[in-house]
Amino acid sequence: MNNKERKNHQYKAHSAEILDLKDLSYDTRYFKVKFVDPNIQEKLGEYKPGQFAIFSIPGVGEAPFSISSTPTRQSFLEFGIRKVGSITEALYKLKIGDKFDIRGPYGNGFEMDKMKDHDLIIVSGGLGAVPLRSLLLYACDKREDFKNVYFLNGARTPEDMLFREDFMAMHQREMLETHLTVDEDPKGDWPYHIGVVTKLFEKIADRVNNKNTYAIMCGPPIMYKFVIKELLKLKIPKEKIFMTLERRMKCGQGHCGHCAIGGVYTCLDGPVFTYWDIERLKELI
Amino acid sequence: MENLVLSKEKLPEMLTEIASKYALFGPIEENGVTSFKHISNSQEINLDYLRSRISPKDLIFQQTETLFTFSKGKEVKVNTPQIDEAKRVIFGIRSCDARGYSILDPVFEGKREGDYKDPFYTKKRNRSTLIGLSCNKPEVNCFCTSFDDSPASMKNVDILFTDIGEKYFIDIVTEKGKELIENLGNLFSKASEEDGEVRERVEQDAINAITRHMNTEGVVEKLEKMFNHELWQKTAMRCIGCGICTYLCPTCHCFDMQDEATLKEGARIRVWDSCMYPEYTMHASGHNPRPARMNRVRNRVYHKFSYFPKNDKIFACTGCGRCIDYCPVNIDIIDVIAKVKEAKI
Repeated sequence: MNNKERKNHQYKAHSAEILDLKDLSYDTRYFKVKFVDPNIQEKLGEYKPGQFAIFSIPGVGEAPFSISSTPTRQSFLEFGIRKVGSITEALYKLKIGDKFDIRGPYGNGFEMDKMKDHDLIIVSGGLGAVPLRSLLLYACDKREDFKNVYFLNGARTPEDMLFREDFMAMHQREMLETHLTVDEDPKGDWPYHIGVVTKLFEKIADRVNNKNTYAIMCGPPIMYKFVIKELLKLKIPKEKIFMTLERRMKCGQGHCGHCAIGGVYTCLDGPVFTYWDIERLKELI
Repeated sequence: MENLVLSKEKLPEMLTEIASKYALFGPIEENGVTSFKHISNSQEINLDYLRSRISPKDLIFQQTETLFTFSKGKEVKVNTPQIDEAKRVIFGIRSCDARGYSILDPVFEGKREGDYKDPFYTKKRNRSTLIGLSCNKPEVNCFCTSFDDSPASMKNVDILFTDIGEKYFIDIVTEKGKELIENLGNLFSKASEEDGEVRERVEQDAINAITRHMNTEGVVEKLEKMFNHELWQKTAMRCIGCGICTYLCPTCHCFDMQDEATLKEGARIRVWDSCMYPEYTMHASGHNPRPARMNRVRNRVYHKFSYFPKNDKIFACTGCGRCIDYCPVNIDIIDVIAKVKEAKI
């Protein structure tokens, strides 16, 4: 969004059509959408991994969702949405070909240019895979811009693991080194690791070059504390650890106050923060 | 520009003149409560009021604002409303409330390159001319002087009226104010030297009548070290989380966005919200980063006395005293800040 548009924004959302729907798990659904107006699609295709969009369903309301697709593939947007509230419930009633409104993109997103020519350690927990998928696809599409890409992904059970096929396909094409883990395996047919996501650090620890690595993480609040410990053990500098935070949001423009953490706004100054920034913030999780 | 005076008899004439050219807003008493409303008839105005119960922030940042309307058929149709572009005059605003607007400006007008500007706020703000009215007899919990302000402050108004007995003394502060006065014809006469002296005396008497004082020196730095202090838990023990402090505050600006709809049509509405409520920060997952009342009480104090001054170089408090007067459990912000100053860390 350019500055002129930001001056007269008025919460204007644009109509988007659902191109595809797929259940990623028993409670999370994949949405592939495209703006009806091709000019808007072209303009909004300039988002960054880590940014989010706000969905509007007149009569129900609005909610923010992380963008899961990559700006390197511009003809559509993808999202992974868990059914938890009234807006997601309304979204779940929509079918392919139906339309709803989207405004955005909002937030700062990841600084992909800074990460160029570095190793990336990407750590995801549960629904954290949705925004991080954007970054992973971006890194795969611009593979020569990055060195080693390690992806550590944890979920509660195999059924909670999102985008598993996508990630394993990237792994098999040697685009990135993927390690998957689940906390529990009730059916006993999980072929990968079992245990919390921090356990996966054993797989990569001896190969991490802490002089030239960015770490990126997203997951449930409890995960951050333990993953940060592992990253600091590997001596990754605090300003090279990125994390994306979740807050209740309304306007997405730094006005409504809901997403404030101390004096910063998750919607403007975030949702991507470095650990160095975050150490100074209170009431983080 | 030289100062003017207006005889009190001519005030209705002036207001009628303003109302014929601008949308005029002023203090009106209804059922014993004074608040700022649109005025069509100058008789309605109540200038004996000291402080309106609800701050006039709602003239610019409305308690409810329709962002757009929609109709739902086969396809949803969204209609964006025209924002009210009438030129406005807000008459009789107190210096504390005028200061409130100046504190809200950086929030809604954007302070950095690339910030979002809120068109609903900015359009109304830019088209408003503020005629302030000095407080001759401040309320018992007034403390505007703690913020380097005065009951007869000219800092945040375009024109200032001061009651000097039989007439109003008029300070014309800005170009916008000058333009308005010039538009109103020959109602005014030149102020004499004596009028000026009376005005100064009235201001000094009002300043002297303010007995409460908040000492904010070093508070920003002290709060840096007090996040985990027991003071917040103690203060929260008394708080019932009603949110009246935030609703009456001239600088609170949080809002929620909600849809009001029937099966056929509806509107998305922006409505004041309050950080004193647990739902304010509650995620859809049920996780809440500010789960306890203590977190919310602390956040209110920190927002006004730490985050705001750090971001915008100004305390988000005007000293109007409303939150002190109307708190049902007598939480007193002056007292809280005094305890911050005293606290051992």
